[in-house]
Amino acid sequence: MFEYAPAPESHRPDIREHYGLFIDGEFVDAENGATFKSINPANEQVLFSVAEAGEADVAAAVGAARRAHRTVWGPMSGTERGKYLFRIARLLQERSREFAVAESIDNGKPIKETRDFDVPTAAQHFFYHAGWADKLEYAGLGPGPRPLGVVGQVIPWNFPLLMLAWKIAPALACGNTAVLKPAETTPLTALMFAELCAEAGLPPGVVNILPGAGATGAALVESPVDKVAFTGSTAVGRRIAKAVAGSRKRVTLELGGKAANIVYDDAPLDQAVEGIVNGIFFNQGHVCCAGSRLLVQESVAEEVLAKLKDRVSTLRVGDPLDKNTDVGAVNSAEQLERIRELTEAGGAEGAEPWQPACELPETGYWFRPTVFTGVQQSMRVAREEIFGPVLSVLTFRTPDEAIKKANNTPYGLSAGVWTDKGSQILWTAERLRAGVVWANTFNRFDAASPFGGVKESGYGREGGRQGLEAYLDV
Amino acid sequence: MSERLRVKKTYKLYVGGKFPRSESGRSYPVTTPDGTELANAALASRKDVRDAVAAARKAQGPWAAQNAYLRGQILYRAAEMLEGRSGQFAAELAEAAGAEARETLGTVEEAIDRLVHYAGWTDKVASVLGGANPVSGPYFNHSKPEPLGVVGVVAPQDDPLVGLVEALAPAIATGNAVVVVASGTRPLPALSFGEVLATSDLPGGVVNVLSGKVAELAPWLASHADLNGLDLCGVEDADLAAELEAEAAGTLKVVRRPGGSGGPLDLLRQWIEYKTVWHPAGMAAGVGGGY
Repeated sequence: MFEYAPAPESHRPDIREHYGLFIDGEFVDAENGATFKSINPANEQVLFSVAEAGEADVAAAVGAARRAHRTVWGPMSGTERGKYLFRIARLLQERSREFAVAESIDNGKPIKETRDFDVPTAAQHFFYHAGWADKLEYAGLGPGPRPLGVVGQVIPWNFPLLMLAWKIAPALACGNTAVLKPAETTPLTALMFAELCAEAGLPPGVVNILPGAGATGAALVESPVDKVAFTGSTAVGRRIAKAVAGSRKRVTLELGGKAANIVYDDAPLDQAVEGIVNGIFFNQGHVCCAGSRLLVQESVAEEVLAKLKDRVSTLRVGDPLDKNTDVGAVNSAEQLERIRELTEAGGAEGAEPWQPACELPETGYWFRPTVFTGVQQSMRVAREEIFGPVLSVLTFRTPDEAIKKANNTPYGLSAGVWTDKGSQILWTAERLRAGVVWANTFNRFDAASPFGGVKESGYGREGGRQGLEAYLDV
Repeated sequence: MSERLRVKKTYKLYVGGKFPRSESGRSYPVTTPDGTELANAALASRKDVRDAVAAARKAQGPWAAQNAYLRGQILYRAAEMLEGRSGQFAAELAEAAGAEARETLGTVEEAIDRLVHYAGWTDKVASVLGGANPVSGPYFNHSKPEPLGVVGVVAPQDDPLVGLVEALAPAIATGNAVVVVASGTRPLPALSFGEVLATSDLPGGVVNVLSGKVAELAPWLASHADLNGLDLCGVEDADLAAELEAEAAGTLKVVRRPGGSGGPLDLLRQWIEYKTVWHPAGMAAGVGGGY
């Protein structure tokens, strides 16, 4: 096969040896002095240490956010708020290369993706919401929408900066102040974002960043915030919904998924194969809306599988900082273990695994792209979210059967459909129980497009006019 | 000549378009505020909740698939039916509240007008709440509201008709099916309202009305895995409301807390979620992120 010379990204960001918590505009250490380390999942080397927020720090941050909301951010005109957000968007664009490299190092995802997707999309999210700040009364939610107050936000490790943008941009545009907990394994770009907020002159306390693990998140959910926004697993989402029960706290949840990607026999198969590959191998499959269940019509199943295996064989797995890399490192040892366990369960339950013959680096956390055939709906690989580069292939005969199988899951985040017939797209999209449906495409995101799920994939939307509702009292 | 004996009505549940007694065989006396017995109402059980949810689930898909114009006409038909029976409802409300029927006629008229209002929403809600999204790429991108599915409703305790209509109408106007637990002490208007719906061409199962004890029935609704939303507007006990919300978290139901208010659009938005559909718009549209 055609070999590429390595093309590693050479521009390294300045990563500090130690980061504090960002509270009220200052970096401070945790009151109890706790710290943890963030490692590079591609080589298992320690990148930096960071303070771990405890209950006292959560209280301090929420207090700072409350004060900032009452004295500065709440009274400020929408126009002025918007200008801060435009400024943040511009700074992100200016420093995009630095953020892209940092994200790749801390998360393990390919530089190609952080450079072309994560960082520009995050900047767009700020730019888009900046424009809403002085137009909220035109959002169709009522004549006098008001901010909720202080929002507590907990985000996952799969798109660290982008998920931060999805949370902070609408919260601030709507006049709220924010306390955000980045994921334990990927705090770097959130801390760089804190520096950027200071650089933008954002008033202290408007944005507070509290690195930590589950206990920090739980403390934030229990703290006197007015709203909790969470993106992550369905199990944690349930706990959060339970924790806020009986309170006045609002909550929006963007949880797990097990998306079906339906390929009808009249689909443009080469394009469909590209979409299948993008659907499950984008970001190592660490995507809540990943197309992890391929439903292919029986009459074209063999042809699709042959093309798919050909295509997957050309994916380059390895150094995330190499611009040629398609599939980077799995984010953590823990996640790698979960992918392994579920993949083994797939084999044990009778599905046939296939992997391309690619070499994996010796250190770091890696998993070969994997395609399971002969999958039955009852198998764990067809039911549980694997959150890794593992595709389960099922077949169907009729459109009705495709819909039944696609909807046969407690999740309802996203779905895909591939066909040349316009009416079949609309018929299928209408019947899929999912918050986002990609037709003849997959894994598309935009600040102007609402994203979120139904059923056990959670409730509430992020992005678009509809996403503002999550941060406004209307 | 002896005076004619009045034919009294047996108040039964409304489940799946039929009027069954509780499968438990239980009933309970419904009285005026001063204790005068009005009727016996069915005391619904856990099994009745399950039957009602099953009926609602079966009815919901076809109901949502009906065109919006037809759903609007059916809601309007319900208003017509209620108008025709306004005297009966005024009397039932008066008995429930210990008032005179002329005092409660206005309440019935208000309920009728609310139905008419929501009848007009069915074919507008998607254009008001949804729309095209200007994404930065060659894609057609469109969001529209879709019903959550099946919603459990604990109806207001002391507002047995308008409160009921206000809880039901926005949910079914947007294509949901509901299982409602009527006011425990004043269930008769709700049970009669089932008769209005049954004669309005509303498909059986879209609305199901149970009478009984809130504290007994609501937990089964809260924990039922085939329910997508839970309206606690009629739960007066704050501790019970918190328990029900916590129970509903187990299956991530959308919950409307007690005391929630808001205009019609807020109520319509309560039981919908948005579906966004993308499609390439270019002749040679790309398909994948970085691949």
